Amino acid sequence: MSHFIKKALSDIRLNRFLNLVTIFTISLSILVVSVFMLFFENAGRVIEAWNQGGRAMVYLKDNFTKDMLLEIKEKINNVGNIQEMVFISKDEALDRLRKEVSPNSAFLKTLQGNPLPNAFEIKMKSYNNIEEVETFAKKIKEIEIVEDVEYGQGWLGKFLKIFNLFKITGYAMCGLFFLIALFITSNTVRLAFYSRKIEVEVMRLVGATETFIKAPFYMEGILQGFIGGILGLVILLVAYLMISSGITQGLSSYIYFDIRFLSIKTIILIILVSTFLGWFGCYLSLKQILK
Amino acid sequence: MNQDIKKNSIIRLFNVSKRYNGKFALKDINLDIEQGEFIQISGPSGAGKSTLLKVLYLAEKVSEGQILIDGMNLARISSSRLPLLRRRFGMVFQDFKLIPNRTVYENVALVLEAAGEKSDYIRKKVMQVLRTTDMDKKAKALPLTLSGGEQQRVAVARALVGEPSIILADEPTGSLDTKSAQVVLDFIMEYHKKGATVLIATHNLHLLESTVRGKNIEITEGTIKRTATML
Repeated sequence: MSHFIKKALSDIRLNRFLNLVTIFTISLSILVVSVFMLFFENAGRVIEAWNQGGRAMVYLKDNFTKDMLLEIKEKINNVGNIQEMVFISKDEALDRLRKEVSPNSAFLKTLQGNPLPNAFEIKMKSYNNIEEVETFAKKIKEIEIVEDVEYGQGWLGKFLKIFNLFKITGYAMCGLFFLIALFITSNTVRLAFYSRKIEVEVMRLVGATETFIKAPFYMEGILQGFIGGILGLVILLVAYLMISSGITQGLSSYIYFDIRFLSIKTIILIILVSTFLGWFGCYLSLKQILK
Repeated sequence: MNQDIKKNSIIRLFNVSKRYNGKFALKDINLDIEQGEFIQISGPSGAGKSTLLKVLYLAEKVSEGQILIDGMNLARISSSRLPLLRRRFGMVFQDFKLIPNRTVYENVALVLEAAGEKSDYIRKKVMQVLRTTDMDKKAKALPLTLSGGEQQRVAVARALVGEPSIILADEPTGSLDTKSAQVVLDFIMEYHKKGATVLIATHNLHLLESTVRGKNIEITEGTIKRTATML
């Protein structure tokens, strides 16, 4: 094994330029794939966070009286998919508003009476898609005393649509770059093979097995894939460290989460895929040459 | 003793023919070579000398006939056993067939690496053979920095390092001056004296006749014209 690794490293050294181009191409492909993975992982966390703490506000009409409370609670409960339901009276809502807004604000000073409605804050158990949330909200809205249901329909719907669009684009781009990297790796092995044609011929003549002949090529492909994968991830990490703090600070008032780097699981997966890519490119090439 | 050796055939060819595009390169060759024999294959260029060696180490397949190497039928040998068969041969070529980007040491060591030998043994054995062929001082040199004679000595060292039972040499002195050619032949002869069977295709009859006792097989247009004993 160590013989083949040494041989592969020496061959990489001998064909430095060709191997560097291949490693760089693989690393770029891995970089593109990793960028999408980074986006999916972080976007997934946002959705998961919303999913776990998904809240809907049910605003009640002005003619609500506290006598109706139990009856309405029961009606809302009957809709199902409710984990927690808290009644917030209009007085309580105003108290909350006063705590959140500066006491000297012009808005509070000019406020006469309490314009806020009575409401229920509902925490949903779970949902799978935006349509489910919409149906849920529609059913609650059908209750006579309910004025409106707010569940973040505007931004969530848009976010999910963009997320799905990115997902499709991401898959297509990943597939495309995978094919490009595969093509380049396969071509490098082919060129390496032709440049070592005499060597292969001599090896055969002196009684080398096919495994002995092919092993250094496979090792070279695997090393190219492995190094390319790590290089791609390092480039992503550097870019992430440079950009992420700025983004998190800039968006901190809009989003309540930090952008995290890829999980260890994803990093290992990417390196494995990249290594496989190197091996597979080599396999395709040798299969064609040695058939 | 002599009778016992004669019974011990190591290479046998039965009605072997080889055709390229319908044209015979070898035609109806029958041969029986005993272990330890020295065979010189002579004949003009294009007579079929190289083809005969090629069919023996299975660089080419025969069109007709059968070849037995130490009882093994080459027509029935599986691709997985072919490397094992080739390890029994030591081959020397006119164009040396040395790997240009590997050092002298690495070129010779390749045979033992391919056979899966341990690195300690490889180091010891390669240096020993390089000393025998007087190339140990150039172990780290690349083949292209060597003279033709030196390159052929490396090729001989590579052929001998695996201690093969059969040496196949295709015009090993063809591109060398007389002195270098004699040195190369001396190495092969020395190994032959230890019991190896040698088949050497050459047009340099004078060099061999002066040093070797063996058999001369003359090939013309793919057929054996004459078999004679060299004294």
